[in-house]
Amino acid sequence: MRRTPRAAVVLCGLIVVVLALAAVAPGLFTSVSPIEADPVNALRPPGGGHWLGTDELGRDVFSRVVHGARSSLSVGLGAILVAVTAGALLGIAAALGGGVADTVLMRLADVLLSLPELMIALLVIAVLGPGTGNTMIAIAVSLVPGYARMVRAEALVVRRSGYVEAAVGLGLPRPVLIARHVLPNALGPLLVLATVGFGTAIIAVSGLSFLGLGARPPAPEWGTMLSSGRKFLAVAWWTAVFPGAAITLAVVSVNVVGRRLQAAFTKRTSA
Amino acid sequence: MIRPLLRGAAHRVLAALAVLLGAAGLAFAALQLIPGDPVAIILGPATQASAQVQAAIRAEYGLDRPVLGQFLHYLGRLATGDLGRSYQLQRQVVDLIGDQLGPTAELALAALVLAVAISVGSAIATAGRRRGLKAVASGWELLAVSSPPFWVGILLLTVFSFTLRWFPVSGAEDFSALVLPALTLALPVAGVLSQVLREGLEAALAEPFAVTARARGLSRTAVRARHALRHAAVPLVTLTGWLTGSLLGGAVLVETVFGRPGIGALTLQAVTNKDMPLVIGLVLLSALVFVVISTLVDLLYLVVDPRLRTR
Repeated sequence: MRRTPRAAVVLCGLIVVVLALAAVAPGLFTSVSPIEADPVNALRPPGGGHWLGTDELGRDVFSRVVHGARSSLSVGLGAILVAVTAGALLGIAAALGGGVADTVLMRLADVLLSLPELMIALLVIAVLGPGTGNTMIAIAVSLVPGYARMVRAEALVVRRSGYVEAAVGLGLPRPVLIARHVLPNALGPLLVLATVGFGTAIIAVSGLSFLGLGARPPAPEWGTMLSSGRKFLAVAWWTAVFPGAAITLAVVSVNVVGRRLQAAFTKRTSA
Repeated sequence: MIRPLLRGAAHRVLAALAVLLGAAGLAFAALQLIPGDPVAIILGPATQASAQVQAAIRAEYGLDRPVLGQFLHYLGRLATGDLGRSYQLQRQVVDLIGDQLGPTAELALAALVLAVAISVGSAIATAGRRRGLKAVASGWELLAVSSPPFWVGILLLTVFSFTLRWFPVSGAEDFSALVLPALTLALPVAGVLSQVLREGLEAALAEPFAVTARARGLSRTAVRARHALRHAAVPLVTLTGWLTGSLLGGAVLVETVFGRPGIGALTLQAVTNKDMPLVIGLVLLSALVFVVISTLVDLLYLVVDPRLRTR
């Protein structure tokens, strides 16, 4: 595993904290409304009172990027949490259930893994309809099979390990065995993978919004902003470039932090 | 030698068929899961079909039979290549997909070639070299995998189409219209490939055969390109599935950004209009593409690497 310089990891950690703050309390960063239109000042370039410019309705781009953090990050976080939880439950069920349950679940995962993640998400949206909540479900569904696979493999390793055999020998009841010994040891790597997956989920959320299937305008959301900014690219690049930069910044930071966690975890378990 | 090869091949083809069957089942389940009258769902929200057309759909899908009968009927139709009809676009799903396949195949192939070229170049240039170079390489790889493709497309449009005016803003008429979309689709793929290749190359360069080749008087670059690269490419086979997926899924976004016609644009249109026969046709198409490509790659590896035939 390559090492990222410590300073870069710390910087990325700080960015994650700032983004989380913006999501929880956008008022800390800007007092300008992200929704109020001001047609007189439409499509003003960055500078002066609006340091990231204004969009086609004269709304402040900086304020919209700050307020957009809540929707983009929370939907991504929700999707990854649902995906990891469902993946863990299904993976453990497959590993410990064995036999028919294992075969059925894993063949189902095979089928889902044969489809591009975006295609699964789009199929779910075609069934449920567009919207923020459905976007979250759609992305979660598209990520579940991968996590279920990983947890199953992890749980199989844990189940065959000496300490579980010892616990079985001691006559521990099955639920206690799963809760105390199998779960904690199979979950560690999963949490680390979830951090890296969070980045993927943020891109997927903004992608669906960009396609017009997620958050509805005028709500500030990074992907939605990119989509409407795309139409004014010839005259006002800033309306599309800055929200996209926010997504990239968020994903880079989450990825760097996630990889560092991963490296630390691998070292601990292999040592 | 031939027997285990055939057995391995048969095993993989059967597995591929099972996945396709599963995808068909999934698509069928999706239709069943939507609440409401199936005829209305197949027709989509925006049509005013006559009772005659509705009766025709009922017969076509065998909707008066029990669910299992419907599913078998549906499979029978799929086996003859009948994907049903898009009532919103008033055409057969097979024809709609056939019309749009060309531009997307062109885009995906161009992106694949670009991604391989970029990642091989980057890996050969930076694997096992000075720290500074490696930092640059892992820096661009991180950026490439972390940037949303639609944003990269918008940046490229802003610089090369609106400011420098080198390439057209949208369309798919000629080669110059293919450059920016292909590059957009290629970059995230190239980021991942380059990471895998570079790590593989570094491992291969540490092997004794690399030292031997170098001792025979080959230049550093020749050792990399001729000997080490082949070993570094082996783990790439596990990425085939991911690769086809990201090219197909990415096409939806890239075709939207650049206003290109193709499967991606058709998919978005189908999902937005809730055109279920078309959505299901496209889901089956992407499963088929995945299964065909990964089975071909698997078979190729059976021929190339005898160690894989034992299983």
